[in-house]
Amino acid sequence: MSSLRLTVNGGEHVLDVPVGTSLAHVLRAELGLTGTKIACNEGHCGACTVQIDGVPRLSCITLAHTVEGEVTTIEGLREHPLVDAFVRADAVQCGYCTPGQVVSAAALVAANPQPTREEIRHAMAGNICRCGTYPKIEEAILSWQG
Amino acid sequence: MARLIRTEKEVEGRFEEVWIVVEEDPLEQWPEGPLAVVGRPAPRKDGYERVRGEARYTADINLPGMLHAAVLRSPHAHAKVQKIDLAPALGLPGVRAAIAAGEIPGLVEEAGFAGAPVAAVAADTFAQARAAVAAIEVEWEELEVVLDPDEAVQRGALTDEPRRYERGEVERALAGADVVVEGTYRTQTVLHNSLETHQAVCEWQGDTLHVYISTQYIWGIRQAVADALDLPEDKVRVVCEFMGGGFGSKNSPDEYTFVAAELAKRTGRPVRCALTRREENTSAGNRNATIQRLRAGARSDGTIVAFDGEFTNSVGWTGWNASTEGPMRMLYDCENVRTVTFGAKLNTPPMKAFRAPGFVEGTFGLECLVDELAARLDIDPLELRRRNYASSNDGTPFSSKNLEECYRRAEPHWERRHQVHARSDDVWKRGVGMASQIWYGGGGPPSYAWVRLGSDGRATVITAMQDIGTGTRTAMAQIAAEELGLPLEHVEVVLGDSARGPYASISAGSSTVPSMGPAVRAAAADAKRQVLEIAAQRHHLEERVLDIRDGKVVSADGNLSAPVEEVVGLLDEAQILGKGARGPNPTGMSVLTFGVHVVEVAVDVETGEVRVERVAAIHDVGRIVNPLGASSQVEGGVIQGIGHTLSEERLLDPETGNVLTTSLDAYRMPTIADVPEIICEFVDRPDEHLTNLGSKGLGEPPIVPIAAAIANAIRDATGADVHELPISREEMLRALREAEERAREKDKRGAPAAV
Repeated sequence: MSSLRLTVNGGEHVLDVPVGTSLAHVLRAELGLTGTKIACNEGHCGACTVQIDGVPRLSCITLAHTVEGEVTTIEGLREHPLVDAFVRADAVQCGYCTPGQVVSAAALVAANPQPTREEIRHAMAGNICRCGTYPKIEEAILSWQG
Repeated sequence: MARLIRTEKEVEGRFEEVWIVVEEDPLEQWPEGPLAVVGRPAPRKDGYERVRGEARYTADINLPGMLHAAVLRSPHAHAKVQKIDLAPALGLPGVRAAIAAGEIPGLVEEAGFAGAPVAAVAADTFAQARAAVAAIEVEWEELEVVLDPDEAVQRGALTDEPRRYERGEVERALAGADVVVEGTYRTQTVLHNSLETHQAVCEWQGDTLHVYISTQYIWGIRQAVADALDLPEDKVRVVCEFMGGGFGSKNSPDEYTFVAAELAKRTGRPVRCALTRREENTSAGNRNATIQRLRAGARSDGTIVAFDGEFTNSVGWTGWNASTEGPMRMLYDCENVRTVTFGAKLNTPPMKAFRAPGFVEGTFGLECLVDELAARLDIDPLELRRRNYASSNDGTPFSSKNLEECYRRAEPHWERRHQVHARSDDVWKRGVGMASQIWYGGGGPPSYAWVRLGSDGRATVITAMQDIGTGTRTAMAQIAAEELGLPLEHVEVVLGDSARGPYASISAGSSTVPSMGPAVRAAAADAKRQVLEIAAQRHHLEERVLDIRDGKVVSADGNLSAPVEEVVGLLDEAQILGKGARGPNPTGMSVLTFGVHVVEVAVDVETGEVRVERVAAIHDVGRIVNPLGASSQVEGGVIQGIGHTLSEERLLDPETGNVLTTSLDAYRMPTIADVPEIICEFVDRPDEHLTNLGSKGLGEPPIVPIAAAIANAIRDATGADVHELPISREEMLRALREAEERAREKDKRGAPAAV
């Protein structure tokens, strides 16, 4: 066990977890933030995406003890206009990848509020959706400001 | 009155005769077209829970004291456990219990594929359980491995008797045909790779087993677990409120459920058993590979006179011999058809249903063959399909079929050929291809629903079904709202728990809406009838002049307009309870879904890269309940189909039978960057013979024709015949070389002899 100080969605946490624990595991098992999903647990699918200082990161392959910045999970983005946009556009089927999609999309629109289709495809290509909601995700991001 | 009938039940193209009790369902179908709620686009009832990460999946369940199980899997494709020693595992930190092959169903003493489960450990953490599993000592007796499907068929290593079908006289018809084409088509093994892996959490409370599981079939799990554990069915409670994808692979409990149940029993603590992504790729099922040796004969006027097909399904160690021959038997009006289908039993991971199993593969072969026929006959491919239109299913009438209308709507997309060709250049060749779709999707009984209407005028649909991500809650709420005359936001749907609602059908075989929808409508109608009876007595009117519209009980003369909450509010805390059951399918009719895809591709003839640029998907699945959700289903099916066609392939080590593609960087599924423009159209005509709803299922149809349509577009663009999936660059370049050689041969033959 090793002490860990983590800022998540604006809140400070001091935890004791073994060195080598992933950020995704800490968020889900220690902090109960289960909106962050683990689907491959090896950094290939994007379901576990969180932001660290506003940049999308794969929390399943990020060691918790290496995190220095502020972590934002889907729980910290629940009031983001993208949530409405995703629901309106039906950019959700089984929903397992969706929190990760929203986290990636929120980082994109924060940096680039009016992304083109090409920019959306570039920024979102790391988030796999097996149900194939991609056209609706693209539409949701294009129309996120309502 | 309850009526006992014998009826045919179909799931995923497999039929059985069953006895069912059906209650009278006197409801007339609603008129065609958008109604107040049904037929209008509705965002998901559970959209916010899912998008905000509040929806609780099996993977999110964390019960107090919960242990984690890991499974030991065979490293050999075929081997027997001679001796197994759990002691080294039991001595490790955190380990609470271990079980081995022979102790429970699901853990096997003879491993028939690499990845077969043989032992399991429960520990405080998953890492401890995995370490313990690695410490288990096994002595294996390695057995002969069979990986080649043709060899298996030759040796008689089959999953079941070869399935033979014949009508007419195929050889005579082929001998008399003006044109005969033949080809061998091969499709690869692909994996479901649902993002939530297969998993269950089991907990015993007294003598009742609570199973939280990612499943497509709550009631099937209840029955299978009760059978396996020798429990009465009502001592098994199955819960699945949200699940992260299944696509056909989550219809049964499998080893992880039995492991969790048994280890929970032994430890007295809840146990989670979840497959890792890598286990998902080796052990959780697949769409099996096929080999299709096909012939077709036609007269010069385009009449197809014969189809002949030999199909080999590489089923694997377990699974079933899906109907790869189905499209050849059913899609066209052809007098002479002969098929034989072999299920090869191999030392490879198990086949499981995957989105229209058999028909996806069979449609690729058949619809490519039909395009080869069109090319040889010099007849337009759309015209050839029309000339061989089937007006019955080998003599059995269709309950409804609007494929002709699909073809009509395909015309403007098909006519884009000339402008698409004109966009070709030296490197990128562009073309257009089409393929038709036929599949089941009629659903069936039994299925039940309850509707509860409170004194606040709000209704709740209660049924113990599952929403696998297709929008079931929304569609059921729309149907109940329509029947009850309530706004959609006044209807909730409670599902996902066998202890909290009546029996509901499997969510597989595109059956959820056609099976459950009519039961929900019947339950809502029962509740509505009671509301009108109360209103009639309260206001001294006849029931027949009353109706509910937009949340108000109204009389035909317009004198009464009382909010539902006012009528039901008379009862204080009392509730109106309606119940409904799914009626039978029409007897003596084939209930099938139809459609057509028109696809535009670009092929880089130097590198073999194929890009799908545009897909027009036109489907006939009866009444559309939610056009928004329906378009999502079509887009999802098309995209999954593009993966199947171009990039996805599970690879095995040909020596050992081990899966080589165990991660999502090796197994390449489509990303958002791979998606073409997709246009969805629905014929949206209720099937007048099918239930009180007239709806068929839509989950599977959109993946059926896409591979053939892409291959046919490639032929149109380049002249190359693609015969294998996936159409990798290697396969594309091979087909291009072959086409070039063919053209050279033709030139040589056509050139005047040298003097």
